[in-house]
Amino acid sequence: MSATALIRAGAPQGARPFERFLLSPDAWARLPAALRAEPSLALLALWAEPGLVHAAFLDEAAGGVLLASAPAEGGRYAALSPARPGAIRFERMIRDLWGLTAEGAVDLRPWLDHGRWPVAGPLSGQPAQLTGAEPPQPEFLPVEGEGVHQIPVGPIHAGVIEPGHFRFHIQGEIVVRLEERLGYKHKGTLSLMLGKSPRAAAVFPARLSGDSTVAHAWAFAAAAEAALGVAVPERATALRAVMGELERIHNHLNDWGFVCNDAAFAFPHARCGFLREQVLRACAAAFGHRLMMDCVLPGGVAPDIADGGAAAILAALAAVEAEIPALVKIYESHASLQDRVVGTGFLNPDFARAYAAGGFVGRGSGRRFDARMAPGYAPYDLLAPPVVVEAGGDVDARVRVRIAELRASIAMVRRLLGALPGGETLVALPAHGGEGSALVEGFRGECLAWLRLDDGGLIRGVFLRDPSWLQWPLLEAAIEGNIVADFPLCNKSFNCSYSGVDL
Amino acid sequence: MLWPRLARALIGKPLTDPAPPVPQDTVHALAERLAATARTRLGRSLAIREVDSGSCNGCELEVNALQNVAYDLERFGLRFVASPKHADVLLVTGPACRNMAEAMERALACTPEPRWVVAAGDCAVDGGVFKGSYAVHGGVGAVLPVDLLIPGCPPSPTQLLEGLLALLEAEARPPRKENRAGWIAPAGP
Repeated sequence: MSATALIRAGAPQGARPFERFLLSPDAWARLPAALRAEPSLALLALWAEPGLVHAAFLDEAAGGVLLASAPAEGGRYAALSPARPGAIRFERMIRDLWGLTAEGAVDLRPWLDHGRWPVAGPLSGQPAQLTGAEPPQPEFLPVEGEGVHQIPVGPIHAGVIEPGHFRFHIQGEIVVRLEERLGYKHKGTLSLMLGKSPRAAAVFPARLSGDSTVAHAWAFAAAAEAALGVAVPERATALRAVMGELERIHNHLNDWGFVCNDAAFAFPHARCGFLREQVLRACAAAFGHRLMMDCVLPGGVAPDIADGGAAAILAALAAVEAEIPALVKIYESHASLQDRVVGTGFLNPDFARAYAAGGFVGRGSGRRFDARMAPGYAPYDLLAPPVVVEAGGDVDARVRVRIAELRASIAMVRRLLGALPGGETLVALPAHGGEGSALVEGFRGECLAWLRLDDGGLIRGVFLRDPSWLQWPLLEAAIEGNIVADFPLCNKSFNCSYSGVDL
Repeated sequence: MLWPRLARALIGKPLTDPAPPVPQDTVHALAERLAATARTRLGRSLAIREVDSGSCNGCELEVNALQNVAYDLERFGLRFVASPKHADVLLVTGPACRNMAEAMERALACTPEPRWVVAAGDCAVDGGVFKGSYAVHGGVGAVLPVDLLIPGCPPSPTQLLEGLLALLEAEARPPRKENRAGWIAPAGP
């Protein structure tokens, strides 16, 4: 039986728009073998509720999302990591947060839990109180070989970036292995959302990863609206897309500049920084917040775009568009820069496929996937953005995906603002039960949100999955065989979120 | 392609915004915390080490924006450094996550006195929306001695700049006569 058939044979649970099927523990245990035989079913996420494990899959051929669950009897469930390497960190996270153990897992070291919380299994429903024992030393994978030495980096890094630990094993100047240790920013976000209404909980997806505040807030809002069967006003849908594309534009500009800067080429960084600043100021003029935080809410958008906001946005975008050709020429015509970005940090397309990496990481390594087109959601059915794919797999390919997307996003914002529907931007939400999920394409890839509401309309179960979950492990692969000095460049070309995966 | 643009930039108008006004009451409060010896040692320039104790990265975006040509932080004698050992200021963003507490304490221990600790952003002020979580201690003040709070979610580059300029002003200000009797403030936090 194929994995898809195995999941669809489970009991449907009434989740919208993507159905969730409840499997018996036996059926779930047959999943790893079935998944190995069906490589086109990509794992998007793995999470849990007390005593219950959930998985989200993407049917790459049909473009649909498939949800599967199974009870974890005795706190154990069959690991999917032997069939899907992307599951490894999710399984480690599930053990830390929900206290459920994946049997047959590839790796069962702690992930988010560094031994510093006052409780064990904080989301398990019955967290055990801990007395202040000495936190354990982290274990890193062993490396053997002549002249191998270690470079520990972080959690506090030298630049103005988020905290995380990188353990490099080095031979001469060459990185033999990079191992990431994250979780330093774990804030207990999911636990704070439980028992709140979707409207009250919306501040948390908006702060899952500040650079993707619009995308995560949109995914969460769409999941809540699906659960409650609420239709969003057309004007709100259009404004969400305006904000989503502006978020893509300001982040892509930022990344492009920083990649050049990490190759010690400061001019594009200065120009991109200035252009991005004009975009952020236009966002503040239009929506009252530079990053548009808390502007996308379950039920619509608030506030409505301000008078003169559209003109400010269009002026900022015109400046960006006018300068892109000159910046591209400078980027392409300086050998000192091209020498650093071309061929550096090569990500094998097979790995990108195996991990189902999205965003510029996947599309820079030939994986044609963009959640705006498949599964797709309004208003992108009308806008039909081009899916930009580069085959190179290196830092340069990931930069080029961004540059092409910049141009496409500018064109889309123009179209959206040129034909903005009238009417309301926010509708009230009813308070009743339901379950929903949504996939929204942020600047770095697809953001997944899932939630289950009780009869009073309060959140009983929730998960927010940043695309970085499937991209961080690939950075470890991409840096292998590169020199240590190229790590910042590779890291910036991936630009994974720390906060987004630390939850 | 690049050289003509650089040459044009040399003779063109700067893109940098004028400096924002500095809130005088904040300056007074800060000046009172700073001993004369510390003032002499810090001078009119500050080296800043940014420490993210668990932010959503929104604050990092705005702190980075401070360094773009529109704000041009370095014109004020303020600059970011790579190590707390080189820093006069720890600029801390985010709630004090339990998993980051030891790293925060170590960063402070590495920062030579006299020094300032600035908590930037609503989370750093009191934990913000993450207040009460099992995974956070609260605001930055729960782990480190804080001298200055800059609220905002995230604080805009202008708000950040106002706060940092207040630190500079506090150092430039001679102790006021009327305050001298009761002025003895600790040299550091």
